[in-house]
Amino acid sequence: MASPKKFAKFRDVMEEVKKSGAAIYTNPTGTSDLVVLSPYSMNYIHSYAQDSEFFLRLAKGKLYGSECKNCHYRYATPRSHCINCGHETKWFELPLEGRVHSWTTCYFGSEEFLKETPFNLVLVEFDGVDTLLLSRLFGIEEKDIYIGMGVKARFRKPARYLISDVHFIPAERKSSRRK
Amino acid sequence: MPGQRKVYVVSGGVTKFAKAHPEMDFRLMVKRAYDYAMGDVPKLKASEIESSRISYFSDHFARQLKAASMVQDFLGLNPKDSRRIEWGGATGGQAVQAGWETVASGRNDVCLVAGFETMSSVETWKGNEFIALASDTNFDYPVGGFYTGYYALMVQRHIYEFVRKTRFAGVKDEKKAQQAATEEAKRVMAMVSVKNHINALHNPYSQYPERLTMKEALGREMIAHPINRPSVCTMSDGAAVLILASEEAAFRYTDHPVLIKGVGCGTDTMRLADRPQGKVPRFAWEKAADYAGLKYPGVHSFRAGRTAALEAYKNSGIKNPIEELSFVELHDAYSSSEIQTYEDIGLCRYGEGYDFVEQGHPFLKNIDYGLNLPKRGTIPVNPSGGLIACGHPVGATGIMQGVFAFWQLQNSIAKHFGNDKLQIKDAERGLIHSHAGTGSAVTVTIMERA
Ligand SMILES: [Zn+2]
Repeated sequence: MASPKKFAKFRDVMEEVKKSGAAIYTNPTGTSDLVVLSPYSMNYIHSYAQDSEFFLRLAKGKLYGSECKNCHYRYATPRSHCINCGHETKWFELPLEGRVHSWTTCYFGSEEFLKETPFNLVLVEFDGVDTLLLSRLFGIEEKDIYIGMGVKARFRKPARYLISDVHFIPAERKSSRRK
Repeated sequence: MPGQRKVYVVSGGVTKFAKAHPEMDFRLMVKRAYDYAMGDVPKLKASEIESSRISYFSDHFARQLKAASMVQDFLGLNPKDSRRIEWGGATGGQAVQAGWETVASGRNDVCLVAGFETMSSVETWKGNEFIALASDTNFDYPVGGFYTGYYALMVQRHIYEFVRKTRFAGVKDEKKAQQAATEEAKRVMAMVSVKNHINALHNPYSQYPERLTMKEALGREMIAHPINRPSVCTMSDGAAVLILASEEAAFRYTDHPVLIKGVGCGTDTMRLADRPQGKVPRFAWEKAADYAGLKYPGVHSFRAGRTAALEAYKNSGIKNPIEELSFVELHDAYSSSEIQTYEDIGLCRYGEGYDFVEQGHPFLKNIDYGLNLPKRGTIPVNPSGGLIACGHPVGATGIMQGVFAFWQLQNSIAKHFGNDKLQIKDAERGLIHSHAGTGSAVTVTIMERA
């Protein structure tokens, strides 16, 4: 087997390692560093456990929060037990319309989501609910989003049993603006 | 606290933080920082180190479980007491406090605190994915898990509460008012970025020193609106160590140890969406009326940071931090979170962070930033350059802050940096601040010249 190619730039080393599995970095500190590819992947068998019902209902196009049976604090992102008093919660149906509590447009992202950039993240607030829900906001650009704007839920079909089965769009479609 | 012994820092060491250190694995990186620290206190023998607290954030980056055991092994510290510390972004700060605890309790007289991270083992966007796994993987990560995005959500609300509602209170058009407020805040965030990059020019350990101008800081690419590239720390490889000792032991090894005066730690919900909308836990100098109508912490502020500062000030007897502290090294993973942190730790009130920067308070007196700063140097923040310019090898970062603070308080910056440009004259007391995922945990440690 031919010995690995040598490179003086670490970026080139990374490219070569991805291509052929090994490269040597001729380090300015005077060392020659052998760099190899080390793959790592796995499939988890993941249970949603106490949150299962939320995802099953989400797959049917329904959005549920949870309400403390004792102090009646209402969570938009469900929790099986209240963080204020420790009691169990019960399910309640969330309204499908809410408002933007905060937002951003991501131009970069984690590797898994990089191909989806740019995308908008929003924290959604609902009337009569104490906490928020993190989601995506579709159908609008950075320059048109603002805190307080109305948004409504849309559901992915078929569902993938992920929180991304729900996303939001602006509640009011703007009348088409002349350029 | 009764029964608690005084704990001193007797030495420290840091490797230069870099994008990659292919010539050293994590063990050798720690060894280099450790040898440097041991070299600075020749009277201390390795055999006198009784225990170690070793920190790294991510097993994903390390690709080696029990990597802390391998450090212990490599340094030749077996069979002594040791444990791994992990607490997200606050891993380093937590390791310092874990070392403090073992000496304060009387269990050990000398404890080594060592931390590292090797983030070059994957490409940048994969690294971002690893970090985003430190958010709820049922409800947050699958939406588009990305830490810069999370901090952008938080600062956007901060801008709404504290710039939109004040400087632009008179603007009726809601969208225009918010956009104007965001532009204003971006300018202030750029000032923080300029400060930290220029400070780092004089710190030989820093990864990204740069004579950055406002125009450049504002002009570079957006990562997650309104946070752009110069306002984000980067992935780094690096290691840092501190050696802690009891009072009796400390003065055997050095005439200039630094006292760890007090520690504090706070926490908050993992999910931003769950953060309470309650009342501000106030410092003595703040009035209820200061925060009338403010729902706290929401997603705009870090309750964990406020909680940690309250505890640390109480334990250190600090009544007026801006008067009593000589400098602060805080966790500026983003220039936005630096501004939010000024308010959490009481350098100014909530809502005053932007003004605090514009006035020049956190800038160094003797450095030219190309900015008009009327009140420059009140309390230098991140004189080292912070995470933004030094780099952020997570498990080492909070310890690095401790090393820089130790050298400041020892008045030995010139010796360790090769120049005294960043030495704060007569520094008496410093604060170090370490911060984990979206503010889910924060440590504050107060250090004092002995
Ligand atoms: Zn309850």
